[in-house]
Amino acid sequence: MPLIEKTSRLVGTSAERRLNLARLPWLEWWIKSRWPLLIVRSVTLAAFIFTILAGLVGSPVGSHNFAIIFVWIAWWTALKLLFIPLGGRSWCSVCPLPMPGEWLQAGGLISKAGNANGFGLRWPRRLRGYWLASGLFLLIGMFSAVTLTDARLTAWILLILLVSALALSLVFERRAFCSYLCPIGGFTGLYAKTALLEVRVIHPAVCKTHSEKTCYLHCPWGIYPLAMRDSSQCGLCMECLRVCEYDNIALNLRPFGSDLAVSQPKTGLDETLLALVMLSSALSFSAVFTGPWGWLKSAAYAIGSPAWLAYSAAYIALSLLVLPGLYALAVWLNRNAGGIGKPLKRLIAEQAQPLLPLGLFTWIAFTIDFAFPKFSLILSVLSDPLGWGWDLFGTAGASIHPAILGAAPMLQVGAVLVGLFWSVNLGQRRVETQQANWRAALPVAAFSLLYSLLMLWLLVG
Amino acid sequence: MLREWLARLILVILLLATGLSLAAAWKARRAANVLYARMPENGGWTPSDLRATVGEPLTIRMTSDDVTHSFAVGQMDWPAVDIYPGEMSAVTLTFDRPGKYTFYCTRWCGVNHWRMRGTIQVSATEPEAPEKAEPPLYVQLGLDIDAEHSARFLPDRTPSAGRGAIMGASLPQKYASREYYLSHSPSEAWQDLRDESNLSMRSDAELWDLVAFAWSLQTTSDAIAAGEELYRPNCAACHGKTGGGNGVFAKELGDEAHSLDGHAIAAPAIFSDPENMLGASPALLHGKIVRGGMGTGMPYWGPIFTDEQVWALVSYLWTFQFNFDLEAKP
Repeated sequence: MPLIEKTSRLVGTSAERRLNLARLPWLEWWIKSRWPLLIVRSVTLAAFIFTILAGLVGSPVGSHNFAIIFVWIAWWTALKLLFIPLGGRSWCSVCPLPMPGEWLQAGGLISKAGNANGFGLRWPRRLRGYWLASGLFLLIGMFSAVTLTDARLTAWILLILLVSALALSLVFERRAFCSYLCPIGGFTGLYAKTALLEVRVIHPAVCKTHSEKTCYLHCPWGIYPLAMRDSSQCGLCMECLRVCEYDNIALNLRPFGSDLAVSQPKTGLDETLLALVMLSSALSFSAVFTGPWGWLKSAAYAIGSPAWLAYSAAYIALSLLVLPGLYALAVWLNRNAGGIGKPLKRLIAEQAQPLLPLGLFTWIAFTIDFAFPKFSLILSVLSDPLGWGWDLFGTAGASIHPAILGAAPMLQVGAVLVGLFWSVNLGQRRVETQQANWRAALPVAAFSLLYSLLMLWLLVG
Repeated sequence: MLREWLARLILVILLLATGLSLAAAWKARRAANVLYARMPENGGWTPSDLRATVGEPLTIRMTSDDVTHSFAVGQMDWPAVDIYPGEMSAVTLTFDRPGKYTFYCTRWCGVNHWRMRGTIQVSATEPEAPEKAEPPLYVQLGLDIDAEHSARFLPDRTPSAGRGAIMGASLPQKYASREYYLSHSPSEAWQDLRDESNLSMRSDAELWDLVAFAWSLQTTSDAIAAGEELYRPNCAACHGKTGGGNGVFAKELGDEAHSLDGHAIAAPAIFSDPENMLGASPALLHGKIVRGGMGTGMPYWGPIFTDEQVWALVSYLWTFQFNFDLEAKP
């Protein structure tokens, strides 16, 4: 069997070469066996329970509590620098939140008894898309200043998410929570299009003649691989690879951003909104967490106070009015300049693509600024996870090498510029696809440039 | 089926290991006897009552759950130990006398910082007859330190001990005595001087200079310096660095939101206000410091400061009204 195959795209006409990792002899068992994933998932679930308990009983001092450091520094950084760029929704494959519900639904941890427990209702059509995930992300963002420092609150949020995921899995079919509600799922799903890995059908003709659709029946996400347009909803659990009777599904290594290169993206307004919410959140969090404005930090921290209400209102207005308004204006100018005949609404939905690399790399830049100076705390809480004065591994007093901190501004500038270049390039390609004048790309490029300059000012200015 | 049970076993073992290790850690933690420092609004010291035995070292491991605090024991000259959020500090104390000692926070951790007190009950190894404590001076003198004490007479300029010293020979002996100093306010002293026949030709301002001189005789520059050293970390947060009653916490003191017992905290006394200060006797100031403000929010310092330290503070407070520099001449 060939390792590198041509993978036909359902949408579009190109056939691209991919390296199928599932055919690598030394990797095949690790991908196709349920055991490695089960072990990892069990460990992450145990770690998740430990995190909740550490948050509840450990030191309330955030910098000395495992819950704060591992959730908001280690995991949040790894998600943006590792899981998403490399594997898209790869975190979802080991995320502990849906596990108890999924196991209950399946009636087993490793053997699948079908829909064993729960009502198995379909998720309401009106609530599909990223709308709710965007709202929840904004809601959590309003409390972020406290959440990121308060171990107890972090623990309660994790517990609420765990219980919500479990409850929804007993009412609705498959991973309803992950697909439509999880704010992190929305974040990872959005940027999964840029990732290096994808699960795809190898020969569509084989699937078309296969009537049992075992891959769809076993997919916890309810995805039919043949109909998969991009990786935004694929949780990389590999269940489809395991159950495919024809070994016709691949785990492909692909170039970055392959999903963004499609000529006719089937994206909705919900995706554009989520992309803009991510941009506004990166902007707001940079101002609050890394900016020099003490009054802004105080306002974001004083939940319930008039100052906090003003901060929240500004954050919501930026996310739902200012940035969407500016972006709609840019797309409108793009439409007029290029003489593009499509309705503005459709065009705004399609134009979410340039926002994705811009957002992902902005978040990476923000993470470098926010998390790098705190990396020593990861070693510190490993030795003293509860902030009780332990030194289990002799790293309780660890400090970070100043050279790493010195390199941070250069890395941030680099990340923002990469995001900007990629975004502008995608906008240009969209214009070319629409056979419009190159000047039509300028308004969206100007939006990306303005946003990037603002981020650079906040981060390194 | 066997595979499924094996999978479940692995999961249960991992979850149990997590739960049990945390439970064991929790148990060990409770046995470790840690002293938690929190802002008074969050509970203050926990536990707030410690026990020790004379001659036996008492090791206290401390951590802060909110902001930086500091641990010190009143009336002892042991250095204060800083307690940082989430970090563990330790101190070992050995007491050579039985009694009830007060430990307190020396960092301005919040508006109610002053309420952050706890006690260490130190018991003797062998039964001892308890020492009889002497009542504080204001009790001995029968002073009502809560009574209104505005000065009846006020100077037009800052009284100078230096100028007063020039006329020092004319100061009747009784004004230089400790007894007179302790029980009279400067305003009363000025009135008494006004009644002295040999000083009838002196102007009002000259008499105030004589009062300043008389007051200077009851202190030393070292005592004033020691008083300043105590005033800055312990009093200035409310009363202000210059005694203007405008310390960093002063604005918040009247806010009921900061009250722990439902009573608003009174505005701090203004030491730079002549009407307030010149009507107070040294014994009254001593009593206020030792006993506290009783409902005003002014903490009691009796268990914290030694008598010598309290008098040093009183000496320093007079510098807000008098120029004690004997070299300073008109």
